[in-house]
Amino acid sequence: MTAPTYDLGKLHGGLRLPGHKLASTSAPIRDVPIPEQLVLPITQHVGDPAHPVVGIGERVLKGQLLAEPDGVLSAPVHASTSGEVVAIEPWPVSRRHGDNAPCIVIESDGDDRAIGRSEAASDLTTLQPEELLAQILQGGVVGLGGAVFPTAQKLMQARTGEMEYLILNGVECEPYISCDDMLMRERAAEILSGAQILMHALQIDACYVVVESDKLDALHHLGDAMGELGDDRLVLKQVPTIYPSGGEDQLVQLVTNREVPSGGLPSDVGCLVQNVGTAAAVHDWIVGHQPLISRVTTVAGDGIVNPMNVRARIGTTIADVVKFTGGYAEKPEHLILGGPLTGKFISTDRVPLVKATNSILVVFESSFEGRELACIRCGDCASVCPVQLLPQQLFWYACADNETKLREFGLTDCIECGCCDLVCPSHIPLTEDFRMAKGRIRELADEKARADRARRRFEARNERLDREKQDREAELSRQKESARKAGPAVIAEILKRKQEKSEDD
Amino acid sequence: MWTAVFTIALIALVAGLGLSFASRRLPSDASDLVEQVNELLPQTQCAQCGYPGCRPYANAIVDGSAGINLCPPGGDSTVQRLATLLGKDVIPLVEHVETSVAVIDETLCIGCVHCRNACPVDAIVGAQHFMHTIIESECTGCELCVAPCPVDCISMKALT
Repeated sequence: MTAPTYDLGKLHGGLRLPGHKLASTSAPIRDVPIPEQLVLPITQHVGDPAHPVVGIGERVLKGQLLAEPDGVLSAPVHASTSGEVVAIEPWPVSRRHGDNAPCIVIESDGDDRAIGRSEAASDLTTLQPEELLAQILQGGVVGLGGAVFPTAQKLMQARTGEMEYLILNGVECEPYISCDDMLMRERAAEILSGAQILMHALQIDACYVVVESDKLDALHHLGDAMGELGDDRLVLKQVPTIYPSGGEDQLVQLVTNREVPSGGLPSDVGCLVQNVGTAAAVHDWIVGHQPLISRVTTVAGDGIVNPMNVRARIGTTIADVVKFTGGYAEKPEHLILGGPLTGKFISTDRVPLVKATNSILVVFESSFEGRELACIRCGDCASVCPVQLLPQQLFWYACADNETKLREFGLTDCIECGCCDLVCPSHIPLTEDFRMAKGRIRELADEKARADRARRRFEARNERLDREKQDREAELSRQKESARKAGPAVIAEILKRKQEKSEDD
Repeated sequence: MWTAVFTIALIALVAGLGLSFASRRLPSDASDLVEQVNELLPQTQCAQCGYPGCRPYANAIVDGSAGINLCPPGGDSTVQRLATLLGKDVIPLVEHVETSVAVIDETLCIGCVHCRNACPVDAIVGAQHFMHTIIESECTGCELCVAPCPVDCISMKALT
């Protein structure tokens, strides 16, 4: 077994939160049976929606491509089981904006027959990194930590810069969520294999696998798997259990002591962060030829009878997942997809489980409840902000809609972790305000870009009209000149011809 | 005493020359201000303000002949920003319009190019006797193409 190392950078602020993870980690991951109907949104990633390539009534097999990537930032969607496509229609989904999105609905035939795949390349190291990246793209693998950024594009983007470290993120710092923890306990070898594939794709020789210090079982299993593998490029690291040390930029700072610049990416400081679940998904696709059609998710909260981690097919509705675990406790208040701090409250459990769903949380009361009072300028929010912003200042500027100041005070660097909300004695929903202010800033920028384009087109058109007018005038004067040179007889002839023509009309 | 008079006169002369140079050679405030006002306008070039485009309207605002509330596509936020820039009071907008784009009913279009010639941002594609269509992403919703159409095949579709 390889022992974890501790040399760490420092994280500003953050909070020690009660984990609530014991209940969901006491039993192994259980498989949710394939439901009769699966609902697969065509947008399960950031970026452009995928383009459906199947028709209604078509029979599909497990792992068959349903929608292909369309646009720069896009990922394909695969059938989670075999069956018949019965509809492609708007369906309630969990998104930041809007409630319904186009989904492909499959009625399962119960056979779960998989589509045949060509045999794997026996040795990955003979594969060119570009080929490997193209393959990863086809597997529909996206970041499973919750941001769902297409993995292949993230790798391609990182390859344009100088890369040093691959960081596997096993820091599941938000309360209740434990799906990565369970995955590390049960599939450590697959995670490490995924890390090796990712390292090969990036052509780098260093990978930190980072786990929180309170996840002893996960550390133990990863250490064992590393010992068996004997790959000295892999290093296991422990970080303290502080929320939000699992944020991408925060993790880079903790592990490498390098700060990701404002508005920049971890690749600017030579790092690439991937979730452990993503690494396992890469392994499943490249080695096992199974595209991303299922994921592990935590079902927890005081509104759940039996909290546990389950592996469910993508497209299973939340209702089916919860029913499998044993159903809701009496009259739960809130249904949240994601963690209690960064998750999204949803109003119906008809919503399907998607690639982003790392947790289904059912609680009686949310952590942010309480009457909103005036800001008393205590400054607690600034001392817990992991990005070292000044939330109280930002709050004033957000209320005043002062875009310039909001930018100046770094609103765009806010990671929306929710720490400031939790400590605020006046219960001000700061994160929600910041989220809305960010939206307005984006809208303004869009408007401005549209106006600029319209102006450029308008000016170009005016220039063109001027040019055409000048050309016409030049042509006319040239004709006049040549007629004058030819003499009065020719002019008379031209006039006569013209007269005849007008009489004809 | 004469030294003092001479010195002051010299300073006045140098300063005067400097100022006259600055006023002639450096870009004047007015055109700079017109540029800033123009920046705030939505650039739809729709002429709903009564001026033939956004820049002429910006000119009119700066020389004081037009109010800051004449731009319907810009909405209340544009009035607000103009008021802040020019130090004027926020006044209610003369008319509210929805953001929309023009749509050509292609089954009716006779290919007369009148609408294409009217479009201030070249967002209409088409040639004589051929069907026309609108590039939706470039359309500013100015409605200038609606009136010239002889067969009334252009309608405005609201953007939600």
